[in-house]
Amino acid sequence: MKNPSHNRDRKGALPAALPALIPFLVITGALELAVRGGLVRAYLVPAPSSVFRAMVESRDELIQAMLTTSASALLGFLLSTVAGIGIAVFLSSSRAIQRAFYPYAVFFQTVPLIAIAPLLVIWFGYGTRTVVASAFVVSIFPVIANTLTGILSTDPALRDLFRLYGASTLVTLFKLRFPAALPQILTGLRVASGLAVIGAIVGEFIGGQGLGSVVDIARTQQRVDKVFAAVLLASVLGLALFGLINLISYVTLRRWHASEQT
Amino acid sequence: MGGIASSLQPGGVALDLKNVRRVFDDLVVIDRLDLRVDAGEFLAILGPSGCGKSTLLRMIARLAEPDAGRITFDPDTERFQTAFVFQDAHLLPWRTVLDNAALPLELMGMGREPRYQRAHATLKQVSLLNAESRYPAQLSGGMKMRVSLARALVTEPRLLLLDEPFAALDEITRFRLDNQLRELWRQRAMTVIFVTHSISEAAFLANRAIVLSRRGGHIKLDRWLALPSERNNDLRADPRLGREMKILLEAMEEE
Repeated sequence: MKNPSHNRDRKGALPAALPALIPFLVITGALELAVRGGLVRAYLVPAPSSVFRAMVESRDELIQAMLTTSASALLGFLLSTVAGIGIAVFLSSSRAIQRAFYPYAVFFQTVPLIAIAPLLVIWFGYGTRTVVASAFVVSIFPVIANTLTGILSTDPALRDLFRLYGASTLVTLFKLRFPAALPQILTGLRVASGLAVIGAIVGEFIGGQGLGSVVDIARTQQRVDKVFAAVLLASVLGLALFGLINLISYVTLRRWHASEQT
Repeated sequence: MGGIASSLQPGGVALDLKNVRRVFDDLVVIDRLDLRVDAGEFLAILGPSGCGKSTLLRMIARLAEPDAGRITFDPDTERFQTAFVFQDAHLLPWRTVLDNAALPLELMGMGREPRYQRAHATLKQVSLLNAESRYPAQLSGGMKMRVSLARALVTEPRLLLLDEPFAALDEITRFRLDNQLRELWRQRAMTVIFVTHSISEAAFLANRAIVLSRRGGHIKLDRWLALPSERNNDLRADPRLGREMKILLEAMEEE
């Protein structure tokens, strides 16, 4: 019999993070020495200490920008989650619907965001709506693709079982297809979370406030240290969103799915 | 085009297949099959892989329609009165053992309390009371199969269909489940149709066995097994079981 306890390694966060922390510390230290030693020009790549100083000096502005970007990215991500799952459910309803609409979803995915961002400004004006739309557009496709794959991969024997007991399409969707697709849906959400932050930053470049706007202004001021500080915070935001999805995944799947039982 | 009907004569057969045909693309899997199964029978369907055993079972379960011919059911084996046990347990991994066992009742719209009571009682019958709150990932293969059996029995079906349910299990577990299934059949007086490619399992479990041909799903042998009603591990060493197995083996081999 398998171990019923599903013990995840809980020896502490530090030992778990150590393998990722070591390269970070080594590269940061090496970069600091390289800039100070004149091997790398500071106006191209600033010393980590300068980036840290820029963060401290501009903390109020950066915190405000980060909150703005967070709100837009999160809203865009939530919209793409709801709409993406809804579209996938619609596409899964018949093969004919899939054949008719799925190619357009794929086509939509291949349109470069940077090319349609000006259009978003024309449609939604300067401000949050454009940024949210940008985050939404870039993050919806992985949600659709993964949810659809998950729903269509439902065990045929279990579909037979539900038919045998007269379950309606809706009951089968909510009690079988949707929970069975949850691992794939969460994989889609992991990818989408990072893309939503990228989409929000691109949207802010073109027509909004937030970290994207800070990067754009700092670039015109030749403040490379501030550009790096804002980019670093954008990455932290992406990581935080990714961590949130991982937490949801752990809570919902830990008892039954192999991906959360190692 | 054939069809599934539920007209029916009160009291009589559990099911009656007349001239049933099933085709996949150009391949005729079942051709002109006639089979009558009486209520309360324990029938084993034997045959080589690909002979249409599972297809036949799916048609009887009303999960697939015959392309021609007709399958008629006893009134008591209407919808919800048929249960199906698959080759693997096929449990819902996100549900506990109790919730898996209660699933058919939930789909049929039964309230929470009564369905849990019924599931609880059925799990007791398959000796799984102490595992009610576990998840499938925490169970052994034999335990998963018993949950699957409980899920099938929870509706108190009149017709129980099993598609090579114990094939993937080790022999000791299989023997134990064979004994348990036979006992459940005896207690509940339901009709059981058991598809298998194991001659020993078919002979040990069933009262009647049919052997299907490799092509066309014709019945090569239809035999009432000359074995005592009481089946336990002693019978496994009984020469009468050996004789029945030999007859089934010879029918399987001749082509």
